[in-house]
Amino acid sequence: MRTIGYIIQKEFIQIFRDRFMPKIIFAVPLFQLLLLSYAATFEIKQTRIVILDNDRSVESRRLVSLFQGSSFFSSLTDVEGIEEAEKLINTRRVHQILTIPRGFERKMIVEKSVTLQLITDAVDGSAGSIRSAYAQSIIQRYSMLINTRVTGLNITQPIVATWSFWYNPELQYTTFMVPGILVLLVTIIGLFLTGINLVREKEMGTIEQINVTPIKKIQFIAGKLIPFWIIGLVELTFGLILARLVFDVPILGNPAIIYLVAGIYLVLIMGIGLIISTVSDTQQQSMFISWFFLVLFILMSGLFTPAESMPAWAQIFNKINPIAYFIQVIRLVMLKGSGLADVSVQLISLSVYAFASIVIAVHHYKKTV
Amino acid sequence: MIQISNIEKRFGEVTALNKVSLSVPRGELFGLIGPDGAGKTTLFRIISSLMIPDAGEAKVAGLDVVKDYVAIRRLVGYMPGRFSLYQDLSVLENLSFFASIFKTTIDENYDLIRDIYVQIEPFKHRPAGKLSGGMKQKLALCCALVHKPELLILDEPTTGVDAVSRIEFWDILRRLKDLGITIIVSTPYMDEASLCERIALIQEGRLMSIDTPEVVAGSFPHSLFAVKTNNFFLLLNHLREWKEALSAYSFGEYVHFTPGTEQITERAICDFLKEKGHTEIQVNKTKPTVEDSFMSLMLKKQNQNAS
Repeated sequence: MRTIGYIIQKEFIQIFRDRFMPKIIFAVPLFQLLLLSYAATFEIKQTRIVILDNDRSVESRRLVSLFQGSSFFSSLTDVEGIEEAEKLINTRRVHQILTIPRGFERKMIVEKSVTLQLITDAVDGSAGSIRSAYAQSIIQRYSMLINTRVTGLNITQPIVATWSFWYNPELQYTTFMVPGILVLLVTIIGLFLTGINLVREKEMGTIEQINVTPIKKIQFIAGKLIPFWIIGLVELTFGLILARLVFDVPILGNPAIIYLVAGIYLVLIMGIGLIISTVSDTQQQSMFISWFFLVLFILMSGLFTPAESMPAWAQIFNKINPIAYFIQVIRLVMLKGSGLADVSVQLISLSVYAFASIVIAVHHYKKTV
Repeated sequence: MIQISNIEKRFGEVTALNKVSLSVPRGELFGLIGPDGAGKTTLFRIISSLMIPDAGEAKVAGLDVVKDYVAIRRLVGYMPGRFSLYQDLSVLENLSFFASIFKTTIDENYDLIRDIYVQIEPFKHRPAGKLSGGMKQKLALCCALVHKPELLILDEPTTGVDAVSRIEFWDILRRLKDLGITIIVSTPYMDEASLCERIALIQEGRLMSIDTPEVVAGSFPHSLFAVKTNNFFLLLNHLREWKEALSAYSFGEYVHFTPGTEQITERAICDFLKEKGHTEIQVNKTKPTVEDSFMSLMLKKQNQNAS
C-alpha cells in the first residue's frame, strides 16, 4: 500500500511539473464546455430571404410585411428578378427566395387559391429544413388572417394540439448537450492521459529502471491509474459546477449516482487506455489509437445524433460502446432525476465492462522488456 | 555470486546470446568487453531478471533469475545503458523515490552513497534531465545503490562521459568493490578492461575469453609491432596487402601489425615500407594489450566462419 502511495505522489509531482498537463487538465474542460455548448447549436438565429413581389398589390404587401415583422428573417425586397436572386443564393449571401406571382391578389379573391414559390438553400440540410419550416409557418399565419378577413368570421383550426417538452421544457440545446460534453471530458482524461502517461515511461526508458525494482505489476498500475482517476472526478466536479452555474443545466437527480457511475466508467476507460499503451511504443502511436476509438465511440454514442435513429447494427454496436451508456446515465440523472434503479442496467453493464477491461489490461501488461 | 550456464537468447533471426556460460565470485569487479551489438545488454537484462532466456540457467546468489525474480530484484542494483531516471524529477526526488520503493530511505544507506552523493548534492534540486553526462551517471549509480544491493550491474556506465568523469567513475567502482559489493560492468572501451579484476570478451553473442586482463592480453599468440610513418592511410593499406601480414589495424596514432611468421623482424618491415616509398618510419616491437587479444580472437573467429 505504501509503495502505491509513493508512486501516486511521484505521478502528481510529474503531472503538475509538466508544462502542458495542468493547462490541459483545466483549460480543456472550460473550452470544450464553452465552445461546444454555445457554438454547436441547432438553433438558427438569422435567415436572409429575398422576396420577389411581382404583384405589388395590397395583399402581397401584407404578406411581405409579415416577413419583415419577424425577427427571424431579414428580408430583401429590392432585388430585380429571379436571376439576381439566384445569384445571391449561389454566392450564399441569402438563404431563401420567396416569389409572389403576378396576379396574386386577384387570383386569391377570384379563384380562392394561389401558389407561392419558396426556394431554400439546403447545402446544410438541417438548417435548410428549419428555415423552410419557419417560412411556411409565416405563410400559414397569413393564410389564416386572409380567411378571417374574407369570410368575416374568426375561423380557427378545428383541432389544436397543446404541447410541452418534458425534462427540457424550453428545448434548450445546452441542457441537452452539456451532460454529453461532461462525458467527453472524463473520457479524454481517462483514455488519453493514462495511455500517454504509461507509454511515456516506455519511451523515456524509465520503465527499465522501474522494472528492476521489487514493485509489483499491480502496484505500479494502481499507482499510475489512481492519479488520473482522481483528476477525472475533479474534472467532472468542475464541469458540473460550470454546467449548473454558467449554463443553468438542472441537476435533478442525486449527484452521488453520477459520481458512482463516473468512477466505474473511469476504471473502464483507463483499462482501455492501458491496453492501448501496452500495444504502442511511442506517445504518438498511443494518441492515434486513442483517437480512433474516441471518434468512433463518440459518433456512435448518440451525443450529436439520436442513437434511436441509427441502423440496427449501430444500435448493436452501442451495446459495447461505453460512452453511450455513460451519456444515457448522465442525461437521465441530470435532466430526469432518475434514481439508482432507473439506471441499473447501464450501471451493471458498465461494471462488467470495467472489470473485464481492467483484468485484460493488467494481464496484458508485462513487467519485462 | 553469478552462475550462468548455456544461456541462449534469440530475437527472431538474430541470436543475441549463444550458449553463454559464466561464473563470477562474490566481491569481484568483473568486466564484459565487446563492441555494440555483441550481446552485453541482453546478458545483463537476463541477469537482472528483466528478460527471460530461451534456454539455459542463470543464478544470482543461488536464486534462479526466472523463478526467484522477486528476491533477486532486492539484491541487484541495475544501471541501464540509457539514462533511465525521471528527467523531470529533481536529483533528490529521484533518489528518495527509488529509496522508498525499495522500502528504505536515503539516510539508512547514506554511508554507501555518501562519496558519490556529495558530488551531486549541490545540484540536488535540479531536474535530472538538466544534469551533465557525468552527473547523470553519478545520480544513476546512487539510485542503483540506495537499497544496498549485493550485486551491481552497470551497463556501459561510461559511454558518453568525458575522460575525467570516466576516471572518477572507475575510482568509485573500486571503492564499492572494497566494500564487498560484487560488480559486473560492460564497456566498449578496451582501456577500461585493465581496471577490472577479470574480464570476458564478447562478440556476436559468444564469450571468447574469460580471465584477468593480464592473462587475456598475454594470450596474444604472435609478435606485435607498432608501426608509424609519414602516410598513415597508405601504411595501413600497404601492410594489409603485404603477403607476410596476418593482421594490421589502427591503434591510436600507430598501426598494430602482426606478421604471419615469427621470422619477420623490425628490419624486414622497415625494408618493405622503404620500398613502398614511406619516410619517417618507426617500427617497434610492442606488448600486446587486451584490445590486441580481442582483435586476434575476432580475426580467428572470422577465419573459422569463412572456412
